[in-house]
Amino acid sequence: MTGRTIRIGAGAGFSADRIEPALDLLDRGALDYLAFECLAERTIGLAQAERQANPAQGYDPLLKARMTAALPIAARNGVRIISNMGAANPVAAAQETARIARDLGLSGYRTAAVTGDDVLDLVMSGDYPLLDREGVSRDLGGSVVSANAYLGVEGIVSALAGQASVVLTGRVCDPALFLAPLVHEFHWAPDDWTLLGQGTLVGHMLECAGQLTGGYFANPGFDDVPDLANLGFPFADVSADGAAVFGKLDGTGGCLTTATCKQQLLYEILDPGAYLQSDVVADFRAARIEEQGRDRVRLTGGAGRVRPETLKVSICYEDGYAGEGQISYGGPGAEARGQLALAVVRERLAQSGIAFSNLRLELIGVNAIDRRSARPEREPGEVRVRVAAQAGSQRDAERIGAEVEALYTNGPMGGGGVSRATRKVVAVASTLIDRRLVVPRIHWEVA
Amino acid sequence: MILRDIAYVRTGDKGDTAQIAIFARSPERYELLVAVVTTERVLAHFGDIVCRTATRYELDNLHALNFVLEGALAGGVTRSLALDAHGKTLGAQLLDMPISEEA
Repeated sequence: MTGRTIRIGAGAGFSADRIEPALDLLDRGALDYLAFECLAERTIGLAQAERQANPAQGYDPLLKARMTAALPIAARNGVRIISNMGAANPVAAAQETARIARDLGLSGYRTAAVTGDDVLDLVMSGDYPLLDREGVSRDLGGSVVSANAYLGVEGIVSALAGQASVVLTGRVCDPALFLAPLVHEFHWAPDDWTLLGQGTLVGHMLECAGQLTGGYFANPGFDDVPDLANLGFPFADVSADGAAVFGKLDGTGGCLTTATCKQQLLYEILDPGAYLQSDVVADFRAARIEEQGRDRVRLTGGAGRVRPETLKVSICYEDGYAGEGQISYGGPGAEARGQLALAVVRERLAQSGIAFSNLRLELIGVNAIDRRSARPEREPGEVRVRVAAQAGSQRDAERIGAEVEALYTNGPMGGGGVSRATRKVVAVASTLIDRRLVVPRIHWEVA
Repeated sequence: MILRDIAYVRTGDKGDTAQIAIFARSPERYELLVAVVTTERVLAHFGDIVCRTATRYELDNLHALNFVLEGALAGGVTRSLALDAHGKTLGAQLLDMPISEEA
């Protein structure tokens, strides 16, 4: 590779991800940018509910811990941070970040919040057809808690042009967190579909952090990963033509090989020729992956086509309560006693008169996750009964755990280790809206 | 021989859709994958999976197959009450599929 390159690190692949590998990258990674991807599809619905309860909340619960640890190193080394940790409240997240910067003595430190993804009012005032199911947005009615459009790079690029040291967003396409600094640094045109497609591919490779460097890969005896406990997070050196070389820091665990890269390239991709993003329809079919040395892999060949005229919107809505109970059985006949326990709970729940939906009665160790038609025939030494169902109220949902716990003195011999829980169900539906109705805005906080 | 001997897998999800990518351990094994790991065999391996559509994409440059099982996740991670609501264990469950070179 010749010419100037930009080094972008991956600081998190999901909201609860480990912090230490990100700090290591900040400290000795010679990064230009570090991006934290932290916002799963329904997380924003849960965050919106928090914001309704407290207007100063609604951003990522780990933002304070991450920023407190990261900002001193990032400021010292001149690394700019981009993250969707703003969740349902990017402005409050930026205010919190500015507070942390002030406490650290980082006078003048600039944090930008990108807003404009919240389209709740728009979506609930119209009849937007839902994807993957029948009905329109308005049918979801009062149960809806949030509706957020997937923004592209535009807001982040504006914030970077405005000298932001930290950019915090709500809902944006995950790869856009990584594509945005490339567009900013290399002045890629908003209609250069090939470059945007390749940049999206680079972002897609980085957005799950440790999944590129040997996380989610190890299968002992077949696919071994060295020092998985000290798994390092990846970075990419990207040049103006979009070609990228991925790497990880010396001394970290894990491995970055053509195999780990191929796995991440297809991860959660449906049609590899049409990866729908707000900025481009990316095409990964001609991607080339080449090993360049130990823990160094070069990636080229991403392409793209004109961006869609619509943006995807995730609508989060409350869908009753889920109740769950578990109890274990061991020794000879464990499976038969587990099956008896399931039959007993099924009958007692039916007698309760409560309307349960999505009832699941299963044995962990036998058929809870195993979907194979031909399962090995051998009696398990232990099984764990699991009963789960949905009900309209928390009180009704609690009945499920209660009936499982009642198996102690009212069920088969030898049950132990009961656990039970109820939770509010926040479900997600999707729709599409005209992109011209969504305008990103920037809010500044200066320490 | 089983699938694990010639391939490795990664599983993901998008809403109600399960996605399973299967990668040949060598370019030579890719031809075998294409020949024997058909959509029909994958669905038959999962006895009780119901899906709206099942699609196989062939990635010749990556020596990989990408299976997309639309509607396989009982409403998806946000609605399903399954222990593995993402269906993330599905790919690994394919690894004991019998593979015959004569197939």
